[in-house]
Amino acid sequence: MNLSGYDIVFYAAAAFALLTTAIAITRANPLYGLLNFVLSLLGMAVVFYTLGAPFAAALEVIVYAGAIMVLFLFVVMMLRLDRTAIARESGWLTRTIWIIPILAGAALGGELLYGLLRGTGPTHAHHIVSPQAVGLELFTSDIAAVELASMLLLAGLIGAYHLGRPARARD
Amino acid sequence: MVSLSWHAPAVLAAMLLIIGLIGLLARRSLIFVLMSIEIMLNATGLLFITAGMRWGNPQGQIMFIFVINLAGAELALGLILLLRLRNLLTTLDGDAANRLRDVEA
Repeated sequence: MNLSGYDIVFYAAAAFALLTTAIAITRANPLYGLLNFVLSLLGMAVVFYTLGAPFAAALEVIVYAGAIMVLFLFVVMMLRLDRTAIARESGWLTRTIWIIPILAGAALGGELLYGLLRGTGPTHAHHIVSPQAVGLELFTSDIAAVELASMLLLAGLIGAYHLGRPARARD
Repeated sequence: MVSLSWHAPAVLAAMLLIIGLIGLLARRSLIFVLMSIEIMLNATGLLFITAGMRWGNPQGQIMFIFVINLAGAELALGLILLLRLRNLLTTLDGDAANRLRDVEA
């Protein structure tokens, strides 16, 4: 197996994303968890770039890490988590709580890996999908799906506005 | 020109999905539950992009855009529910919200 430059960058970014994701779900302080998850998303953006999807890599940084996770971070900061909350949080993180989830995850992961690695077909792809191709297809043949996505966002907006109003205004 | 096999990114997506699932099952804090859902959605997006690379088809990235869209809408509602739950129950423990009725103020 001869590794090209793309392969080395891919494996480095993949290891980085896996490591930061694993750190993210094991922190007691939610802010550290979220910041590690943002790092994982940046690693994923590099992975997307090496997979020949530069447009998705840009979206991952701008929309996912830049907008969605920053919203998440602001809300967590609004919660004003003090030391007692974090201490209670780390009290929940006993070693035994991880046993059953890891067993369940290993079972599902084993099945997924078995299915994936037994897949047939050529193992090498030679395709870079340009942003032009994505945009052209998205706004011509998939225009109905774009409308559905905008309906979904509108529903999310109205739902968040309704639930976020103070109780007196809602009744 | 990309020379990467599609197996490696597919395995990476499966591993990220499993990490997200473990976090979802193990954590009680609702912040980490929401974050684990985001991890799993992101792994799904990676699998779509891998499939798009495998067949050289823009549909993979289009589905990724819709996954981001879904993640944004889901997170907005999830966060506002988290804020309201915190105001009602003064805790972020998901197990505390098991009554399915109003809390007496």
